Amino acid sequence: MKAPELDRDSDKGRTEVKTTTCYMCACRCGIRVHLRDGEVRYIEGNPEHPLNQGVICAKGASGIMKQYSPARLLKPLKRREGTERGAGSFEAISWEEAFSTLEDRLAHIRATDPRKLAFFTGRDQMQALTGMFAKQFGTPNYAAHGGFCSVNMAAGLIYTFGGSFWEFGGPDLERAKLFVMIGTAEDHHSNPMKKHLGEFKRQGGRFVAINPVRTGYAAIADDWIPIKPGTDGALLLALVHEIIKMGLYDRDFLVNYTNAPELVNTDEKSDENGLFVRTDIPIREGCVDPQNKLWWDRITDEAVDNRWPDSDPRLMGEYTLEDGTPVKPSFQLLKEQVEKYTPEWASNITGIPSKTIRDLAHEMGITARDQKIELPIAWTDAWGKEHENITGAPVAFHAMRGLAAHSNGFQTIRALGILMTMLGTIDRPGGFRHRAPFPRPIPPCAKSPNSPDAVQPNTPLDGMPLGWPADPDDLFVDDTGTPVRLDKAFSWEHPLSVHGLMHNVITNAWRGDPYPIDTLFLFMANMAWNSSMNTSDVRKMLCDKNDNGDYKIPFIIVADAYHGETVNFADLVLPDTTYLERYDVMSMLDRPISEFEGPVDSVRLPILPPKGDSKPFQEVIIELGSRLGLPAFVTKDGKRKYKDYPDFIVNYETEPGSGIGFLSGWRGKGGEKFMAGEPNPRQWEMYARNNNFYKHDLPRSYQYMRNWNQGYLQWAEHYRLIKQSSPILCHLYSEVLQKFRLAAQGKRPGKQPPDHLRGRVEEHFDPLPFYSEPLESQMIDTRTYPLNAITQRPMAMYHSWDSQNAWLRQIHGYNTLFMHPSVGHDGGFDNGDWVWVESPTGKVRCIASFSQSVEPGTVWTWNAIGKASGAWGLAENAEESQKGFLLNHLIREELPPNEAGDHISNSDPVTGQAAWYDLKVRVFKADAPDDLPQSWPQFPTMKTLPGMKSFSGKVLKFFAGRGET
Amino acid sequence: MSDPIAKQLALVIDLNVCVGCHACVTSCKEWNTSGWAGSMPDRNPYDADPSGVFFNRVQTYEAGTYPNTETIHFPKSCLHCEDPPCVPVCPTGASYKRIEDGIVLVDYDKCIGCKYCSWACPYGAREFDEESGVMKKCTLCVDRIYDESIEPERRKPACVLACPAGARLFGDIIDPDSEVSVAIREEGGYQLMPEWGTKASNHYLPRRKTRQVIHADELIRADNPLKKEGPLPKAKVGAPSLDDVTSW
Amino acid sequence: MRPAFSVIFLTTLIGVGQGLFLALVAGQFYWVIGATDIPEAQDFYAIGSLLALVFMGGGLISSFFHLAHPERAWRAATQWRTSWLSREVIALPAVMGLLVLYGGLHWLDWRPVLMTFGNMKNLDLTMATGYLGAALVVALFICTGMIYACMKFIQEWASPLTVLNFALMGSSSGFVMATAYAGFMESPLEDFFAGGAMFLTIAALVGRIASIVRNKNIKYLSSLQSAVGLHHRNLRQLTRGFTASSFNLKEFFHPGSPALLPILTMAYMVSAFVLPIALMAFAWGTGSISAFALAFAVQYAGLLVERWVFFAEASHPQNLYYQKVA
Ligand SMILES: Nc1nc2c(c(=O)[nH]1)N[C@H]1C(S)=C(S)[C@@H](COP(=O)(O)OP(=O)(O)OC[C@H]3O[C@@H](n4cnc5c(=O)[nH]c(N)nc54)[C@H](O)[C@@H]3O)O[C@H]1N2
Ligand SMILES: Nc1nc2c(c(=O)[nH]1)N[C@H]1C(S)=C(S)[C@@H](COP(=O)(O)OP(=O)(O)OC[C@H]3O[C@@H](n4cnc5c(=O)[nH]c(N)nc54)[C@H](O)[C@@H]3O)O[C@H]1N2
Ligand code: SF4
Ligand code: SF4
Ligand code: SF4
Ligand code: SF4
Ligand code: SF4
Ligand SMILES: [Mo]
Repeated sequence: MKAPELDRDSDKGRTEVKTTTCYMCACRCGIRVHLRDGEVRYIEGNPEHPLNQGVICAKGASGIMKQYSPARLLKPLKRREGTERGAGSFEAISWEEAFSTLEDRLAHIRATDPRKLAFFTGRDQMQALTGMFAKQFGTPNYAAHGGFCSVNMAAGLIYTFGGSFWEFGGPDLERAKLFVMIGTAEDHHSNPMKKHLGEFKRQGGRFVAINPVRTGYAAIADDWIPIKPGTDGALLLALVHEIIKMGLYDRDFLVNYTNAPELVNTDEKSDENGLFVRTDIPIREGCVDPQNKLWWDRITDEAVDNRWPDSDPRLMGEYTLEDGTPVKPSFQLLKEQVEKYTPEWASNITGIPSKTIRDLAHEMGITARDQKIELPIAWTDAWGKEHENITGAPVAFHAMRGLAAHSNGFQTIRALGILMTMLGTIDRPGGFRHRAPFPRPIPPCAKSPNSPDAVQPNTPLDGMPLGWPADPDDLFVDDTGTPVRLDKAFSWEHPLSVHGLMHNVITNAWRGDPYPIDTLFLFMANMAWNSSMNTSDVRKMLCDKNDNGDYKIPFIIVADAYHGETVNFADLVLPDTTYLERYDVMSMLDRPISEFEGPVDSVRLPILPPKGDSKPFQEVIIELGSRLGLPAFVTKDGKRKYKDYPDFIVNYETEPGSGIGFLSGWRGKGGEKFMAGEPNPRQWEMYARNNNFYKHDLPRSYQYMRNWNQGYLQWAEHYRLIKQSSPILCHLYSEVLQKFRLAAQGKRPGKQPPDHLRGRVEEHFDPLPFYSEPLESQMIDTRTYPLNAITQRPMAMYHSWDSQNAWLRQIHGYNTLFMHPSVGHDGGFDNGDWVWVESPTGKVRCIASFSQSVEPGTVWTWNAIGKASGAWGLAENAEESQKGFLLNHLIREELPPNEAGDHISNSDPVTGQAAWYDLKVRVFKADAPDDLPQSWPQFPTMKTLPGMKSFSGKVLKFFAGRGET
Repeated sequence: MSDPIAKQLALVIDLNVCVGCHACVTSCKEWNTSGWAGSMPDRNPYDADPSGVFFNRVQTYEAGTYPNTETIHFPKSCLHCEDPPCVPVCPTGASYKRIEDGIVLVDYDKCIGCKYCSWACPYGAREFDEESGVMKKCTLCVDRIYDESIEPERRKPACVLACPAGARLFGDIIDPDSEVSVAIREEGGYQLMPEWGTKASNHYLPRRKTRQVIHADELIRADNPLKKEGPLPKAKVGAPSLDDVTSW
Repeated sequence: MRPAFSVIFLTTLIGVGQGLFLALVAGQFYWVIGATDIPEAQDFYAIGSLLALVFMGGGLISSFFHLAHPERAWRAATQWRTSWLSREVIALPAVMGLLVLYGGLHWLDWRPVLMTFGNMKNLDLTMATGYLGAALVVALFICTGMIYACMKFIQEWASPLTVLNFALMGSSSGFVMATAYAGFMESPLEDFFAGGAMFLTIAALVGRIASIVRNKNIKYLSSLQSAVGLHHRNLRQLTRGFTASSFNLKEFFHPGSPALLPILTMAYMVSAFVLPIALMAFAWGTGSISAFALAFAVQYAGLLVERWVFFAEASHPQNLYYQKVA
């Protein structure tokens, strides 16, 4: 054997290194792809990339095996005539046939009733493009995965301090001393989170994890605080209680940067009850938070305009205005609200000892107070006051779907936002930091239309398909209060559903509620499997027919790259490329990859030619937009405007001459501008040369306190990140919510909730966070179903994507149900036994695994490992389908009939966030005589589709340059 | 191995920060399957009962009982023992330890596939490749770390470069000033199964806890903001005062 | 450990061959020192050697099935300085070579006297070759045994008993074979062999029982704690980190259920030792050659089981790392 030093890699073939952006998950790390004789030899993290700085994760490093997946769809397919939908009988067709089918069908819908196209996308990263296509088409029925993903986290925090976690912002672990992570398994920020966590720990930072399960990140926590699922609201409110009680809040911060001192009208009889009292300072039009509220001055003991020179507002107490109006500072209302939320009270609900809660509150408060960070960076606040330093409190938080994916998640996350605010950690060193284009005004300016008239044939939608309601009049309902959208987003059922409710689309379409549709167009969403709730029934709905024999959902289009479970339910299949084969942008119009220091966006460049007849979905959208004559895609005289997707990205502007496009870097003729500027024909090249990203570092003085940083706000206004440079106060008290509550109480003119929803809106639109049990638990017999069942992301698998990956599937080939041994002792079964897991909606059979790192009232499993037989290019008897199981069959998409209605989504009543983790179950031994050692339910085996290249060998010996075997 | 060696390259794995992400597992496979030590075949890659050659695995252990449970992610590859029992037993000399840097390797051209060396490794670190009939194992990415066509700071094992948490250090444990030696010394680095005298070169850094003690007086402080919310020492306007009754 | 059939056949077959070789040499010596007056039948040794050679050859062939690259087997002789396996690879052909020589000299009846002792007995070339062969047989037994006994962390094996038992069981089976062979050839050595067989089988039984008793009381030096380096009393593996299969799960575990081991142990105790002893006692009493042949067959079958169990019961410390799945 040649000595390794002499056997250099570069001598083994023609080698090339190309850079692009990973898409084995939504984190979007920069990668360097090494090719040998045109085959992928090695994918490493790009050390020049700001996001991952050279590291890569298990999925990213397995990208090779995705490229050679046997599940690749390589031809456009149509359902064979005369065969049943779902049976998986397809014939390959040409792209021309596919496009003309699409064109005919969609043109007809657009000319008659654009609502009849429902276009929903899953875990994709091109919502700027797909959303724009939907808007141009004129359908309101568009959303991406956000509604079932983590909209509570986005809405709960954005409605509180104008930013949120993941792409929007995150913990500053470089400077934090105490880091509290709640309900996070893997996150959208997967590599950066690991990197920062590792550095934080090595610096001796203290890490506390609050999670029913101790795995992954929580494993390396200094303290693990196990909590009963769905009860974090109680914990957070008790922390708020204790911090107020002990005076551990950052008073200066609350006074200067939040609405804590602002006076709220507390006259119960007034229609203004619960709203801030306003001065008569004239307000600027637009979506700003006018600074026209009152304070109660300590010194003069009277109401003053907020920020009156030398005033010092009261945070507590009750006062009477000159006109006799009783008022309280909103902080006083918060104090009253949390009065009952004592640590003892929370202990009963969360299962956490009250001493632990108290200690945690003290630790947070004392660390924030006594370990202040001071950076010698001068800055000017929005009121013109100059500061010599940037200060910060080194307590950082991160939370994800463990809070979000519950029906009480919005208010729980509000409580978290308030806790973070009280500790004075918003956009300050050591605490939470924003990422551009955040912070946004509260709420952000984008609005969806508020009337059915916004939908007109052959016309773009009048407004954005998704937006941020500021009051009831922003709802997208008709005069009777009936939703305009198929998913009932922005209706009284879920007023702040800012990401839509994709999880109810199929059920609603099937039921024709609020109306039947014609075409369901799914892109990158596995809705017949892991992204549906109540999966077994949803699969039936997809194939269900009316009495006349027509399908209830007449036409289904699936745009996907792989043979997942949903593909078989399509009438038309559009094969996408892999991420290594296409152009793509991580746009400032969407969720870019910004850093704390400033905006960053990035691109993906093709490394390899598309395999077979696959076509980038981006190109499909451009082609369809052009063929349908959507205004943005054609010239005045109706001619195709863009040659292809790269051409579109370079030349498209949000409005003619706006200079704003999908990419913010190297705009202007020669690439001399950023954010706004004329199209630059060499923009792609310039991105390519700069490792595929554009990063703009803000001046240091603009990098902190951005909600109230004059320099930053003016900069952001100038570069059109925000409309107006007015300060964004943190909303401890949410007037937006109160406006909905007033409407529900009949105290407000304008849009009114239907009577059956009044109680629900009134209860849940509390302007201050409160704790309520998750909705489903309130409606079912929790003695029969005593256990909480949740899922977690495995770090080495992305949703359903990776079972096709020969390497990753060896790590997670099947999943079991983890539980404390006591669950087994009570249920009469042992570690490794087959068990039934039953919820009020159904049951699944799986293998039990005992573990001591789970709260005893909780059972959990890895998300989306179980697969349908034959899917993902796997053998019919592969472990994924025989031993693996899917918990989703047990999770209902609609609550049991209740006062609010018979078909209310199993979601947060404020945001429509899917309540995945509200699931209650019981577990018992599977020992009936006919119980096979096999997971259940099982579905007919999916067969290889035309054009697919299945792997025929027994052994895969991948060696780049020599092919797959 | 009785010859003293001048340099012993090794990995140091920090269990205090390893989150069990498996990045080191797949990046190892990715680099090595197409490299000097490849391929690393997978049997039944898309069928039932898949099985494959991996040089590195990450396992998970639990210590203690609820709620005082510790979950430990534990990566393991060949430890490049200073006194590797797998080497002297090899009948062909295919298994060898390099004098120049202490890396334990297998020469595939000499190996007869008797698997005896794998019996002699107490750690289960060797992986037999049934397809080519030779024994394989972690090479410490020997085909990367000296490759001068790679930029110097990337001349590290693939798993080390990949590790997002930075839990994997690489260097010479004989050089007392190397990053790895310092870490072993200062963070309590230890060896696996020291009872067999293998003198494993790879070391592990144990869990280290950061705790905060709160003193009672930290909760009572003069600057407590609650004090600002109390009544100011101010009387009603017009209330009687000393000025009204005394004269000096 | 996973019992590999190639190795089971290798060790048992060469054991028979080595034992038979020893028996022949011992028989010749016994004859020479004057236990009988009948002139020596040279073809008895020659055919006996051939028989032993067949067994050893069978073992050798079987061993090749263990190698993924038998074409490189020659390389296995190079590391005799450090590797017991390499030493075995040298010793085995050496024993076979001496068998050929020993048998050949007998066959050719070429027996130059090398030395004459005071009692007028001669040391001829065949005898000398036999002694050398016997020494090599012992060396081979040591090599084979040491292959296992030198694995210090496979504690079931790491004992002089391993070497002793390989030697005793091999010798016993060889002597049983020799008895049957002598009976068949109507050699007067039958009784001598029978006595030897009886003695060696009982000794092997004792040796094997000793190792069972020893293994029952092993205090394992490695524990999950030392394997992971976490000295927590309550430490468990939650997952081995992959749901797929791997070399580590195949090579170091036996395929049977845990309940199988005691059953198989009983089986080989009876079949490899008790039954052969009983059969030999019966045969000795009745002079039944077929009973000796049967004793050999039964014993060989028992030894195959014994060897399977020998591997299966050895627990490798790597198994601490490769347990559960999730
Ligand atoms: N490797 C990998 N990375 C991914 C993904 C993937 O599939 N694989 N998916 C991506 C996507 S789309 C998303 S949305 C993100 C999601 O990122 P995460 O939100 O981090 O992922 P989840 O798996 O939902 O993790 C939820 C965590 O909350 C805990 N939990 C559940 N209920 C509760 C509760 O009531 N209270 C508390 N405190 N904790 C609770 C669970 O135990 C789990 O640890 O990850 C992204 N990143
Ligand atoms: N029980 C339970 N269910 C859950 C969750 C949970 O925590 N527990 N989490 C929910 C969350 S947060 C989310 S975001 C959803 C995710 O749910 P989805 O986004 O629906 O599901 P994915 O598995 O990510 O895969 C969607 C499809 O994308 C396809 N795909 C992959 N790469 C490409 C590509 O390059 N092009 C195209 N066109 N298609 C591609 C895959 O083949 C797959 O069919 O799941 C939800 N479901
Ligand atoms: S975290 Fe996501 S984007 Fe980054 S390397 Fe891993 S899979 Fe790729
Ligand atoms: S870990 Fe095992 S294979 Fe590696 S050097 Fe040590 S004994 Fe040999
Ligand atoms: S398998 Fe190869 S390397 Fe291992 S002992 Fe046998 S010949 Fe040596
Ligand atoms: S050093 Fe190289 S071969 Fe060894 S485990 Fe790491 S990546 Fe694999
Ligand atoms: S890559 Fe690093 S953090 Fe991930 S499992 Fe390996 S050692 Fe642990
Ligand atoms: Mo998600």
